[in-house]
Amino acid sequence: MTMRRTFMWLCVALLAALPLLPVPEFWITQANYIGLYALVVIGLVLLTGVAGLTSFGQAAFVGIGAYTAAYLSLTHGMSPWLTLWIGLGLTLVAALMLGWITLRMSGHYLPLATMAWGLGLFYALGNVEALGKYDGLQGVPPISLGGLVLNDGRSFFYLLWAIVLLAAFGAIHLLDSRMGRALRAVKGGVTMAEAMGIDTFRIKVMAFVLAALLASVAGWLFAYFQRSVNPSPFGLNMGIQYLFMAVVGGAGHVWGALVGAGLVRVLQDQLQAWLPMLIGSSGNYEIIVFGVVLVLVLHYARDGVWAFVDARLPRVQRRNDWASAPRLAERARPQRGEVVLDVRGALKRFGGLAAVNGVSFQARAGEILGLIGPNGAGKSTTFNLVTGVLTLSEGQVLLHGQRIDGLPSRRIARAGVSRTFQHVKMVPTMTVLENVALGGHLRGRRGVAAAVLRLDRTEERQLFLEAEIQLRRVGMGGALHELAVNLPLGSQRLMEIARALCADPVLLLLDEPAAGLRLKEKEALSAVLRQLREEGLGILLVEHDMDMVMSLVDRIVVMDFGTKLIEGSPDDIQASPLVREAYLGAEN
Amino acid sequence: MDLSLAGILTLDGVTSGAVYALLALATVLIFAVTRVVFIALGDFVAYSALTLATLQTGRVPGTVWVVLGLALLAAGLDVMRGVRRRTGARAIALGVGRLLAAPVLLVAATLWLAPLRGSLLLQSLLSLALVTALGPLLYRVAYEKVADASVLVLMIVSVGVHFALTGIALVLFGAEGFRNPSFWSANFDLGPLQLSGQTVIIFAVSIALMVALFAFFERSLRGKALRATAVNRYGARLMAISTEGAGRLSFGMAAFIAALSGLLIAPTTTIFYDSGFLIGLKGFVAAIFGGLASYPAAALGALLVGVLESFGAFWASSFKEVIVFTLIIPVLLWRSLRDGHQDEEE
Repeated sequence: MTMRRTFMWLCVALLAALPLLPVPEFWITQANYIGLYALVVIGLVLLTGVAGLTSFGQAAFVGIGAYTAAYLSLTHGMSPWLTLWIGLGLTLVAALMLGWITLRMSGHYLPLATMAWGLGLFYALGNVEALGKYDGLQGVPPISLGGLVLNDGRSFFYLLWAIVLLAAFGAIHLLDSRMGRALRAVKGGVTMAEAMGIDTFRIKVMAFVLAALLASVAGWLFAYFQRSVNPSPFGLNMGIQYLFMAVVGGAGHVWGALVGAGLVRVLQDQLQAWLPMLIGSSGNYEIIVFGVVLVLVLHYARDGVWAFVDARLPRVQRRNDWASAPRLAERARPQRGEVVLDVRGALKRFGGLAAVNGVSFQARAGEILGLIGPNGAGKSTTFNLVTGVLTLSEGQVLLHGQRIDGLPSRRIARAGVSRTFQHVKMVPTMTVLENVALGGHLRGRRGVAAAVLRLDRTEERQLFLEAEIQLRRVGMGGALHELAVNLPLGSQRLMEIARALCADPVLLLLDEPAAGLRLKEKEALSAVLRQLREEGLGILLVEHDMDMVMSLVDRIVVMDFGTKLIEGSPDDIQASPLVREAYLGAEN
Repeated sequence: MDLSLAGILTLDGVTSGAVYALLALATVLIFAVTRVVFIALGDFVAYSALTLATLQTGRVPGTVWVVLGLALLAAGLDVMRGVRRRTGARAIALGVGRLLAAPVLLVAATLWLAPLRGSLLLQSLLSLALVTALGPLLYRVAYEKVADASVLVLMIVSVGVHFALTGIALVLFGAEGFRNPSFWSANFDLGPLQLSGQTVIIFAVSIALMVALFAFFERSLRGKALRATAVNRYGARLMAISTEGAGRLSFGMAAFIAALSGLLIAPTTTIFYDSGFLIGLKGFVAAIFGGLASYPAAALGALLVGVLESFGAFWASSFKEVIVFTLIIPVLLWRSLRDGHQDEEE
């Protein structure tokens, strides 16, 4: 067993023993509150730390869970095991609606919407007669588990913490899966994720809904733990405090949620005892300290407390268990020489400027087509038009005779077009292997539930096997378990190529792959590209290194000022006075 | 509902809408220039109203200690940065002197003037100056270090700032609410409607401020520099526009606008230490009408928020806030369908 694992099981054992030890009731209550908070904060870790979105309205989802449970058990005598599902259902509807409306837009609309939602729900709860207005509902019956009535802190502790740990491990499993990698990819912006075939809108909604559901479960527990509900713990202040816990604990780590919840709860308790004595009157002065600490954490330790612990724990390398996994199914390859990509009169206007002005060319299977031209010629725009990052103003793009212009990037990726980026786009906190496995996103199909329950292992092994094969192919077999961010630029570019290959494309678009590579690396890259050509892949190459282009490609398209200047073999291009003029200016 | 009642409610709504419009403009201004979603803007509203209320009683408002504390903190940060960058003792001293001069003078003036109980106008000017001073200092202390962080991080910083400001307001001003005297107690009859002098002042000041803002952004070099920063921070920096300076200026302007809003709204409603947040958030709902980018759309949104609030208060008084904050959902839906997908890369 690794040290990390021993440490974890030690913590779990300690937790399980806590109620059996002669600990004062006060600390059991504290531990229960910490568990309730942690459950909410785990959701925020998925949302904020991993997906780069955030919500101030988690307390309101807790409120939905709590009020549903309290109201239904008081008025209808409903079983807790039924109220849980009703609460989850209501939460799902609310979260789907909020997410669906706001997540199409920039990232800051979700928090603003959740803020308004949190406030609105708070005032609504406080004014509805049936929900007891601001007094709330009292006398909720306790939960019983197979005859055992959980009516004190110690018995409730086990149910609560069992759920918290299940949620924590579920979240950890999710993060280490196909969907988890997709979720992490979303944080850096959608262009790369969409190019990997990920439906970023759906995955954002999924993260938000998951976080809301976890909060709702916490609310359900809250109602049966406190045995009463009132609006104040579900207001915006509490919503902000949950976020505070996530940030302090370390929003990027599931365990950070537990640390953050624990620290904040204990700190709050101490502050509530000391500050009024210091200031000389009562009031919730602890928010001053919370506010200042939040700003300080974001200034000086943005990754939170857990990041410090994590950096000191030994890093575990992923165990290689995929060597014998069956290979993923591959796409049928087109015939050598068959036209794969057909760009017809592509035109893109930005306001009055035509960045690409009626460009036509074809790329064939088993052929490397170079796209060159001076800076500003429209090469990258052409790339973005083919891959669906930009939409055409006029013209058509066909793949295997099917029109793909107008389709979103992820659909074009699904059709078999893979790309790299001029400025490397990756998930810096994932290993090289995981980054490359992201490229195989479309070749897997296991979803969130399978990941949480660990039913996705066979497919994961297949994906990692594919990723390793592609990494070895580009000569990066030695760096599988490095963090991507630690690689030199040249290796990051090679990693992007491996990631693109992991998608099993029919057409590969490389945007300046040799920039930042050393001579040896360039030669190795050329060798890889030649081999891919032999295998019947179509490659479109934008590159400034003329030695490499001229020795590698079969045909060249030269662009200048948005138009196609000339097309021909490397020799034709080198002899062309037009090209010389475009690059070096007119003679005399 | 008869027409005169509708008229009264509309007038009421437009009046508070005019104040929300100012706050919406300040919100858009800060977001455009610094990318900060400044949730704590409303706290400035409460600070200015409560500062004036304290001055009215002839006591020294606690705001001076916040100004002084932030100024010293900012000076400390400047010294530390200077030492780290080896700027030289003279340059550091000069910079700190320039930073501290205005706040210290202001605090001294308040300490001297507060017990004298000058005219309402003088006290108002003093309140305005104190709260305006908070803006740039706060930007220096809380935001400059993380100015290039993601919108998300900046927003969470704002939440921290809001928590701290609200808590400090509770310490300084207590839990008691205040209602300030009207600036003009005249009353005008407009058919069935009664137009109070305070309402006239609110309209006049709001319109004047919007015109002034328009002139500033269209005509002055500084205004154009702010607009340039809003469009492209990096480009602005290359043009020798200090983004730090732009940030401080925009925070100063926003603090001034919020302080003014506080003075305008305080005679019409009781202000508590934490009232500002809700008022500011209504400005936010309005700003979202304009996608946090368009000033005219934000102003129109604010009027709608105000009118909706006043009708909501009449029909279902206890659900007033629910109605106003639920309004954000259809507004967002409309914007979402209109703008479709937009994204920022980190």
